[in-house]
Amino acid sequence: MSSASPAVFECTDLTKRYQMGDTEVWALRGVDIRIERGEFVAVMGPSGSGKSTFMNMVGCLDTPYSGEVKINSENVSELTKEQLAKLRNKYIGFVFQQFNLLSRTTAVDNVSLPLLYSEIPETEWNNLAENRLEQVGLGTRMDHHPAQLSGGQQQRVAIARALVNDPLLILADEPTGALDTTTGEEIMALFQSLNEEGKTIVLVTHEPEIAAYAKRHLIFRDGELVGDKINENPTLLRTNSAAEIRV
Amino acid sequence: MIFRLLKTAFVALRVNMLRSFLTMLGIIIGVSAVIIMVSLGAGAQAEVDAQIESLGGNVFALFGSNRRTGGANTGAGSVQSLEAKHADLLEKNIGSVEAAAPQLSSNAQIIFGNLNWSTSVNGVDNRWLITRNWTIENGREFLPQEISSGGKVAILGSTVAEELFGAADPLGQTIRVNKVNVTVIGTLQSKGQDSRGEDQDDTIFMPLKTVRTRLTGRAGANPDSVRLIMVKVFDGENLDYAEEDIGNYMREAMKVSATAEDPFRLRNLSELIETRAETTAIFNTLLAGVASVSLLVGGIGIMNIMLVSVTERTREIGLRMAVGASPTDILNQFLVEAITLCALGGAIGIAIAAATTYSMTHYFDLTAMIETDIVLISLGFSCLIGIFFGYYPALKASKLQPIDALRYE
Repeated sequence: MSSASPAVFECTDLTKRYQMGDTEVWALRGVDIRIERGEFVAVMGPSGSGKSTFMNMVGCLDTPYSGEVKINSENVSELTKEQLAKLRNKYIGFVFQQFNLLSRTTAVDNVSLPLLYSEIPETEWNNLAENRLEQVGLGTRMDHHPAQLSGGQQQRVAIARALVNDPLLILADEPTGALDTTTGEEIMALFQSLNEEGKTIVLVTHEPEIAAYAKRHLIFRDGELVGDKINENPTLLRTNSAAEIRV
Repeated sequence: MIFRLLKTAFVALRVNMLRSFLTMLGIIIGVSAVIIMVSLGAGAQAEVDAQIESLGGNVFALFGSNRRTGGANTGAGSVQSLEAKHADLLEKNIGSVEAAAPQLSSNAQIIFGNLNWSTSVNGVDNRWLITRNWTIENGREFLPQEISSGGKVAILGSTVAEELFGAADPLGQTIRVNKVNVTVIGTLQSKGQDSRGEDQDDTIFMPLKTVRTRLTGRAGANPDSVRLIMVKVFDGENLDYAEEDIGNYMREAMKVSATAEDPFRLRNLSELIETRAETTAIFNTLLAGVASVSLLVGGIGIMNIMLVSVTERTREIGLRMAVGASPTDILNQFLVEAITLCALGGAIGIAIAAATTYSMTHYFDLTAMIETDIVLISLGFSCLIGIFFGYYPALKASKLQPIDALRYE
């Protein structure tokens, strides 16, 4: 990675204010963060700390009150909803706590969903989606519906969906929150191997054990960044390749 | 792109098959009701046109007065009545009259072999065939000497011929009409029912003089009187002027004083049929109006369900937005879904209407005509309903914030 390549995400003096009835709530009070390509970042903090608001900024789901947010050096602050949608489609892959798969829709079609809103020609959709499903170890369950898959498998489909557009950044919001410990570990192993392959990953969590898999920790409290440190010894899981993971 | 949107819409509609069908029901009923009503109206109009055609175009019926002129005050000869000679005079003296045919009618029992049939007997001459647009199918018209001397001959309507002779040839056979032996010289081409549903073919024609002298007791009062004169006006003549001319001429011919009432009645028969048809048309328009209201109610049903659907699928909308769907994409998705629902309902409605009108014409003897216009209009209209009532829910969906939508429980 050359030093000339722009930061995946960069914000300067970022603030966000909400109006809750009569009172103003400052969700973010001047935050400066820069995330480079290939990083594996855990965003931590108790609820109300501003980490969710920060995640929305990274995911281009929200625009700042003041300050500047850049995704791949594109300024997000002044964009319309239509432009934000395009940016999300191109740069961000989302993974949610509740998977958010479309029921009664096959795994392949679920993974194809972001392609529907992209400029990639329809003839390539199936191929791309199938490759991603194989990458997360679900090559044999392409035509299964979410109800026919376990929680861990559903989250893998969601990860395949996040990867299908080849985004700059995977944004995972409590990806193991709805899974048991063993399955959670498998998902984290998948994230680690994706990171080793060069994907930038931003993980939002309140569990220190989950954050321990990441290489860098951003800690929020009361809308401010109170900690930004390198995790010298991230927990390493025994598998290194996603393809080897037990399904 | 549109194909993709349609596929998404079909998937979404299939998820709730029963609900989609129930929602469509309003449109289905509305569309089929509108088409059936309009088709019945069109069929009735076609029937009216056919009746006017069978009437023979612009025809007036001139009836003698049915006023009773009893009592001592009425002197002999003052009873003015319609006479056969008036027909000749009308033909000769009024330019717009093509033909005028006098007629006397009576009912009679017709006997052939061991079969008998009761029917109406029309005492007429050949002009009757012209004014009423009758065609001889087999045989011939009356000969001049048969008309002048009261020949014992008859032309049979197709119903009578059928009842008495079946498949056999009636020409030259002798039938008994009220004890008089009469030779069959011709049969008439069938005309079917008239505007009141009466069988026009259930009749026989005999010379006027024969009917007067042998079948009716009219000989005494006024030997030349007739029941009515059928007056046919040339095509393209102004009917109002013709009616006035005929009326004025008849007052003169019957020597009616300026203050007295007309001793005759003049009826424009095609107008009578049109008037009856108008009543039917108004009734049909009213029913079609009621049917369109049900279409409107169906549209509101679509809107209601689409609103429910948007709420139910808030998380899906949030997800789609997160992975890159713009507000326009979401708007299009829900709009196409609503239009698909309506268009599908419309198509089913058209199919039901086609089946219904088909069975109505085949099993219930009603006339209905499905016109391409109305099919296209109602299909287009149901799509419009989809756009109109689907737009608000779709707009509501597109205005959702992805963050809120994703967290929606």
